[in-house]
Amino acid sequence: MTGGTGALEDMNELYEAIILDHYRSPRNTATVEEPDIDFEVNNPFCGDEFHIQLKVENDAVSQVGITGRGCAISQASASLLAELVKGKSASEVESAVSAVRRLLKGEEITDAEAGILGDIEALGGVRKFPVRIKCALLSWVGLGDALRDHVVK
Amino acid sequence: MSDSTLTAGSRVFDVDAIRADFPILKRKVNGQDLVYLDNAASSQKPSQVIKSLVDYYEQTNSNVHRGVHTLSIEATDAYELARTKVAKFVNAPRSEEVIWTRNTSESLNLVAATWAEANVGEGDNIVITAMEHHSNIVPWQQLAFKKGAELRYLAHNDDGVIDLDGAASVIDSRTKLVSATHMSNVLGTINPIAELAARTHEVGAVILVDAAQSVPHMPVDVQALDADFLCFSGHKMLAPTGIGVLWGKYELLDEMPPYMFGGDMILEVTYEDANWNDLPYKFEAGTPNIADAIATGAAVDYLTELGMDNVWNHEQELTAYAMEQVLSLDNVKVLGPQDPALRGGVISFIHETIHPHDLGTALDQQGIAIRTGHHCAMPLVRSFDVVAAARASFYIYNTKSEVDALVNGISETEGYFSR
Repeated sequence: MTGGTGALEDMNELYEAIILDHYRSPRNTATVEEPDIDFEVNNPFCGDEFHIQLKVENDAVSQVGITGRGCAISQASASLLAELVKGKSASEVESAVSAVRRLLKGEEITDAEAGILGDIEALGGVRKFPVRIKCALLSWVGLGDALRDHVVK
Repeated sequence: MSDSTLTAGSRVFDVDAIRADFPILKRKVNGQDLVYLDNAASSQKPSQVIKSLVDYYEQTNSNVHRGVHTLSIEATDAYELARTKVAKFVNAPRSEEVIWTRNTSESLNLVAATWAEANVGEGDNIVITAMEHHSNIVPWQQLAFKKGAELRYLAHNDDGVIDLDGAASVIDSRTKLVSATHMSNVLGTINPIAELAARTHEVGAVILVDAAQSVPHMPVDVQALDADFLCFSGHKMLAPTGIGVLWGKYELLDEMPPYMFGGDMILEVTYEDANWNDLPYKFEAGTPNIADAIATGAAVDYLTELGMDNVWNHEQELTAYAMEQVLSLDNVKVLGPQDPALRGGVISFIHETIHPHDLGTALDQQGIAIRTGHHCAMPLVRSFDVVAAARASFYIYNTKSEVDALVNGISETEGYFSR
């Protein structure tokens, strides 16, 4: 009655190998002591929730910790976020958040931005599955808001 | 338009013939045959119901209770005939007890804003179950805040079965209202409404039944349940979206203040004051949803012809089969009663390694529509220490081979994610 694995191959753009890898083995999952930025994000519609902590030293993110649970896309996205922000300054992180938002919405990103995002470009596959864009955006939107609050503080 | 001569179960329950009545079942989704297993969210519509809408707009369209011209008279007759059909369908003593609303949520809000507003005071309590849909939680929370009343919950066991012994002490002399779902949209549990009604009436309170998940699937008799109010939605029972029903005992409805003010709900208006129309019109301000009410009558005809006992038996058989098949998968846990006889055709399940949303996307790729998420029952889903679940729910047109497709689809998804 159904097409089996053939039908599932259409999901390969959504679940690229790098996404599944980050989903199965999320990076930077240890709790950060005395974090400078500490926030939670959740999507009440699917129940995904993450706790994200950053330590900032000499204007650069020195430690990051992400715990929580969610679908493959939101988990992988959070893990990729954790990898990216390490060592970046607040303004570099802000630029990356902006680039990810545009990538997921199908808008243009520059070659330089693509270079910074690296593996994160794999998240772009979500564009073919519009209901899943929120999953990919969840931790990035939270980070953007938290950074703004942090800078204002 | 005369009343139909339909008798319950006058049509043979033949799933192939039923499927042929539903145009949408012929379509493909992502290149696959559609397997529609999201009936607890909304059912599909047979051509008889769709035709009723088209006929109304092509032949009868006019306002009701207004004019003396032919179209208005025909529209009014058809609208009121549909009300009579719904009344008969749930064995209401009088058709004036059937109020058309937009959906179950509006029916619940109507009771909260009128009956409960007038009858619940400080120190009183409202009792609901711990397995309610948000629409049967939030109106009572808000009312309790406003009135200084207490909102109490009837507990259930790990299998999702209500603790009736516990109910005896939760429902007490300060209870004004008990509001309970007849069938849980998450657990599938069929609740013991008649027993709850007996306890409710013992303390002089009234009982409201959220029958959104039961009326489409089983014979429901408001008198046998001894309910005081009972509400349901059209769109879950083959009718269009945007139409729902509140049934209430005549004496209760008659004493209640109006919900909305405007045309049709008044008897007489002066510059100084107004007085209210009789039931059911007191609660139907403004031009009602005429076309969808009439189409609800067509949906009731369709179900009556099949016979609600046959509908129920079909779904029980399918549910028992699905429980057995789904539970044969190693990594799947089913929420709610494990005994299929205690539940309706709703199976919520958790996969140990695949998140419901990933499963939902993967099944959709295979043409299989299920619901994923919190099912508008966040407190309940969280009580099982999960944040989301997948849910398959059945109706008259579903088949065992569709259950097989679901189980196969889950296996294929497991294979995909372990590649």
